[in-house]
Amino acid sequence: MKIMNCPLNGPRNISEFIWGGEVKPMPDPARVSDREWAEYVHIENNTAGVVREWWCHVPTSFWFIAERNTVTDEILRTYPAGEVFKSRVEFTAAPKANEEKK
Amino acid sequence: MPFGLLKYGLRKTYPAERHFPLARDLKPSYDVVIIGGGGHALATAYYLSRDYGITDVAILEKGYLAGGNTARNTAIIRSNYLTPEGVKFYDTSVKLYQELSQDLDYNILYSERGHFTLAHTDAAIRTSRWRAEVNKHLGVNSELIGPEEIHRICPVLNMSEDVRYPILGALYHPPGSIARHDAVAWGYGRGAARRGVEIHQLTEVTEILQEGGKVKGVVTNRGTVYANKVLQATAGSSSLVAKMAGFRLPIRTIPLQACVSLPVKPFLDQIIVSGSLHVYISQSSRGELVMGGSTDPYGVYSTRSTLDFKEGLLGHMLELLPFLGEMKLNRQWAGMADMTPDFSPVMGLTPLENYYIDSGWGTWGFKATPVCGLTMSYTVANNKPHELIEPFRLSRFEEMKQVGEKGAASVGH
Ligand SMILES: Cc1cc2nc3c(=O)[nH]c(=O)nc-3n(C[C@H](O)[C@H](O)[C@H](O)COP(=O)(O)OP(=O)(O)OC[C@H]3O[C@@H](n4cnc5c(N)ncnc54)[C@H](O)[C@@H]3O)c2cc1C
Repeated sequence: MKIMNCPLNGPRNISEFIWGGEVKPMPDPARVSDREWAEYVHIENNTAGVVREWWCHVPTSFWFIAERNTVTDEILRTYPAGEVFKSRVEFTAAPKANEEKK
Repeated sequence: MPFGLLKYGLRKTYPAERHFPLARDLKPSYDVVIIGGGGHALATAYYLSRDYGITDVAILEKGYLAGGNTARNTAIIRSNYLTPEGVKFYDTSVKLYQELSQDLDYNILYSERGHFTLAHTDAAIRTSRWRAEVNKHLGVNSELIGPEEIHRICPVLNMSEDVRYPILGALYHPPGSIARHDAVAWGYGRGAARRGVEIHQLTEVTEILQEGGKVKGVVTNRGTVYANKVLQATAGSSSLVAKMAGFRLPIRTIPLQACVSLPVKPFLDQIIVSGSLHVYISQSSRGELVMGGSTDPYGVYSTRSTLDFKEGLLGHMLELLPFLGEMKLNRQWAGMADMTPDFSPVMGLTPLENYYIDSGWGTWGFKATPVCGLTMSYTVANNKPHELIEPFRLSRFEEMKQVGEKGAASVGH
């Protein structure tokens, strides 16, 4: 069994984790066009090489970030998301289209 | 027979015909260049040369002919999909497959088996009923059957209620088939080569040349080749090749593993699939059990095998066929599946002019080989997507018009 080091729980079997996909910068939901938002949601870099991605330790619901080589299947580093995301993201609802017109 | 073989072995002239002419140098330019030498590429070249008279075509394959997913799949062919777009598309493929041995004058060992998608939950029964109705509406033979009927058609299945996931019913699809995957590729390749298509192995495309938004040719490890039109059909490497062409795809490359057992006497006619148990199994004409499961839990550009996969797959399989407890495995392998979020392919035109794509084939593209050849050759020849593949255009993702086929994927992923 492959072992992954969870930043919260230490080394655990890889079957305890789920893969969350690449860490991608999120465009501002209030300002972005539908097209750019769709691109953010669906389109992937699908890089062959070292990538930075989301992983979750399922039994503890702990989400963190891993650096992994997608060609050699080596996990290089795992760390809490706080190392990358320093400030809180506010999801203030965008004004609805018909409200804007008023 | 052994003496006959010996005689041929000692002779200088070998009586068997070559399928493909010996490799020669690349020409400086072609009308059409196809990147990738899998089944989809070969089928497209076949129909391009047969139906459109386009024979100045080069297939560039970085490894050996049809050594990618075409050589690695479990060869299941069916059309019992969930969306009308999917059903029409895959049903065209099944019909082409039924005639393919005659059409190619090449025995692809097409074998109609009947395909069971087992349901172990009420939710799975509901999806099966839904699929059966969509299928029947479009003329595809498919129905929901109960445990007695399953037992009557396939008596080896363990119908006990005393298991973790008892079988409650199944979507039964009599036309479900298997075929010899290598023969499909070789038959198409031979047919294309006879009409003048060149097949170049060990030729890797490393760069895509463009000018003013239009494709001009490709750079390979054997030099530069110019082309009026270029098609990429590179399965697990789709994102890497598309990146050279300057665009990105909604695709993740995730390994899919499979294995076969030692050959045994025929006992299993049908193709058995269980989405809840992540198992599919059939018996090949050689007697081997061909078995597969869900994709790996995360993406890798690699064809390694893992023990986890076999433990999960075989544990579940023993619930369906407990008498296989002593069975030995013979071979194991993996292929790199190009998975899309809606489990439908990405086909047709691209942001680069005269550059076409056939991708997003994930775990379901072998059955589509003939229809991909048919529709992609039309698309390349007319610079216009064939109507059957309109719904699978790349831009459907920005339009939020996905074609959701996950409910018809053979196993849960
Ligand atoms: C284990 C497994 C089981 C499966 N089971 C089934 C099944 O039962 N039924 C079903 O319908 N489908 C199944 N599939 C899916 C099916 O195998 C594929 O979707 C299908 O074979 C894709 O065919 P293709 O011709 O597009 O790709 P491939 O056969 O993979 O061909 C692509 C080729 O492109 C080449 N290439 C890549 N990059 C370059 C480059 N830069 N330059 C030149 N060449 C390049 C590769 O070497 C490769 O040979 C399965 C897949 C796997 C892995």
